[in-house]
Amino acid sequence: MPLVKGGKIATDALVHVADDAEIPGDGGILIPAARFLGDAEALSGRAGKTGVIWPNNRDIDDLVPWLDRLAVVALVFPNFRDGRAYSQARVLRERYGYRGELRATGQVLRDQFVFMLRAGFDAFQVNKESDAEAFAATVKRYSVFYQPTGDGRITALHRRMQLRHSESAGQ
Amino acid sequence: MYAYDELDRTLINERVLEFRDQVKRRLSGELTEDEFKMLRLQNGVYLQLHAYMFRVAIPYGTLSSEQLRRMAHVARKYDRGYGHFTTRQNIQFNWIKLAELPDALADLADVGIHAMQTSGNNTRNVTSDQWAGVAPGEIEDPRIWSELLRQYTTLHPEFSFLPRKFKFAITASDHDRAAIKVHDIGLRLYKNAAGETGFEVLVGGGLGRTPFIGKTIKPFVHGHDLLSYVEAILRVYNQYGRRDNIYKARIKILVHELGIEKFAKEVEEEWLQMRDSALAIDDSVIEDIRSRFSYPAYEKLPHMPDELKKAAHDPHFEAWRKNSTFPHKVPGYAIAVLSLKPVGGPPGDATADQMDAIADLADKYSFGEIRVGHEQNLALPHVARRDLPALWKALDKIGVATPNVNLVSDIIACPGLDYCSLANARSIPIAQELTRRFANHDTANLIGRLHINISGCINACGHHHVGHIGILGVEKNGEEFYQITIGGRADEKAEVGTLIGPAVPYGDVADVIEDIVEAYLALRARPDELFIDAVKRLGVEPFRERVYATR
Repeated sequence: MPLVKGGKIATDALVHVADDAEIPGDGGILIPAARFLGDAEALSGRAGKTGVIWPNNRDIDDLVPWLDRLAVVALVFPNFRDGRAYSQARVLRERYGYRGELRATGQVLRDQFVFMLRAGFDAFQVNKESDAEAFAATVKRYSVFYQPTGDGRITALHRRMQLRHSESAGQ
Repeated sequence: MYAYDELDRTLINERVLEFRDQVKRRLSGELTEDEFKMLRLQNGVYLQLHAYMFRVAIPYGTLSSEQLRRMAHVARKYDRGYGHFTTRQNIQFNWIKLAELPDALADLADVGIHAMQTSGNNTRNVTSDQWAGVAPGEIEDPRIWSELLRQYTTLHPEFSFLPRKFKFAITASDHDRAAIKVHDIGLRLYKNAAGETGFEVLVGGGLGRTPFIGKTIKPFVHGHDLLSYVEAILRVYNQYGRRDNIYKARIKILVHELGIEKFAKEVEEEWLQMRDSALAIDDSVIEDIRSRFSYPAYEKLPHMPDELKKAAHDPHFEAWRKNSTFPHKVPGYAIAVLSLKPVGGPPGDATADQMDAIADLADKYSFGEIRVGHEQNLALPHVARRDLPALWKALDKIGVATPNVNLVSDIIACPGLDYCSLANARSIPIAQELTRRFANHDTANLIGRLHINISGCINACGHHHVGHIGILGVEKNGEEFYQITIGGRADEKAEVGTLIGPAVPYGDVADVIEDIVEAYLALRARPDELFIDAVKRLGVEPFRERVYATR
């Protein structure tokens, strides 16, 4: 499954380490939450980059103490109808100020890209090659946004206010 | 009326393009039906028994004549010449072809109409009092806040994949015409002691398999905090609402399982962390939205003009005026309700020709404005009283002046087994038969206010739980049976009705309803004791006896 990062298809620098596999001393790894929390101190202090796959039914607060030492947090969409990870993403970005890579995994399809970007995701493990290739075009679908999120896109309400102010300044 | 600006228009056009691409990918096989299902539902497209059904939003029940004409155009060009108004201020078209849907959407988008989130597990069309802005005694126009919520909930990046559907309703009058207590979030606008506008927030109301009346989660949320508070509720629900069982996934079950106190505490904790975020609304934002609502330039007119005095000699006109027109906040004007419940007709249907004619009458008599109510009727909200006789003639000609508003034949019904793939039993023919049984207006008037609601399955789209008389279709050994409840209501005193006894077969339903009505007429304390009040006073027992004594 292709990884989209920085708006284009990229190579995944992290090795997915299964629960029972040995963890390499250096190099980037992506490991399940339970395994990470079992030895968080050591794992977050590794020489290589460490990323954690966080399930969507586990309180994100448990991960907060380690956020600044993690290179990647991968949130999970077990299927695209299950939207819990959107809330986790926004809380990580907007409440806890997480600035590392936030990766969407699981069933990730083209039609969720805009929602995911707005929720704070910046990397996407996309199911279909064709969807990954369409990423750049798809995220340009929308130019108007009604809700403020942490992604910095200016909302319609805000644009109207700016317009009003510039109109009244010109009078 | 709310006037879309360039930003609103851009967004719905972008949505049309996105949906066009999604349909194209489905038709080419690039999307599986499972993938597409979710995407089409996000845009109001269901697969029904015979064809795709397309549900279009009428936010807070306000339509312009131009918009109604466009509905007529869609009915004519893409459907079979009619549309069906629903209990949640939507219109449904039942025979649309998938390949033509994007064009139908584009035609609607031209006049600022969309179908976003009219189905699917997301925040649905925000509904409100159909008399908003014109009802006497209203605290302020709830549509300003409805529009704010419409924008906030449209394509929300966090809440487009909730555990289940999620419905908002807002009222700003003492008498609740928006049924806020049976919504996931119900908002009652009022002013606090300091004169500030805010809301009593109710949560966890809903019908379906497990009906609940909404509970107050917070007695006063300041208008400035409305969006942050709503976001806190939605976030708690998104994370903790059940996803393992579709029948337990609504917020009402979460509220019930946690208890309102614990749920309220979770929400409060979440809210306190973000009430000062970008979601805080300042007055200039409210004013900006308010400024894009236009209101008619009313004239100073007499309450009792000559035209009305003259027409008072016509008993047919008088029957309609007394039944279907209601006081307006401006002297000399009235609200005229258009009954979409003709004798023998399916409740809530309107033909394209009727829609065009109503749009013309709205231009002529109601400042180009039409309202849609949850009772599946329409209203012209600003009619000068002197124009009532002329309006009545025109309405009568097109079949929407049946004087049965709020009476026994003003039935709310879902489409039932005639259209719906979920239904267990038919709804429409039951409604049609009842309108024939109670076709005599004198009898109907004698009975007085009585709401009958019919659902063809446990999903309760016909809101049978909150009908004064509720009729629920069930299936028993391959046959249609109907459970009858009485004593339900959807207004400020909302209550879930009580089952009167075993289900009855299809052929007996109308007789049973007649028995219940006759029992009421015999038992009521005074002619003005309404059915619902008699049931409250007497309980279910005397009605049960009457119905089952001979069965």
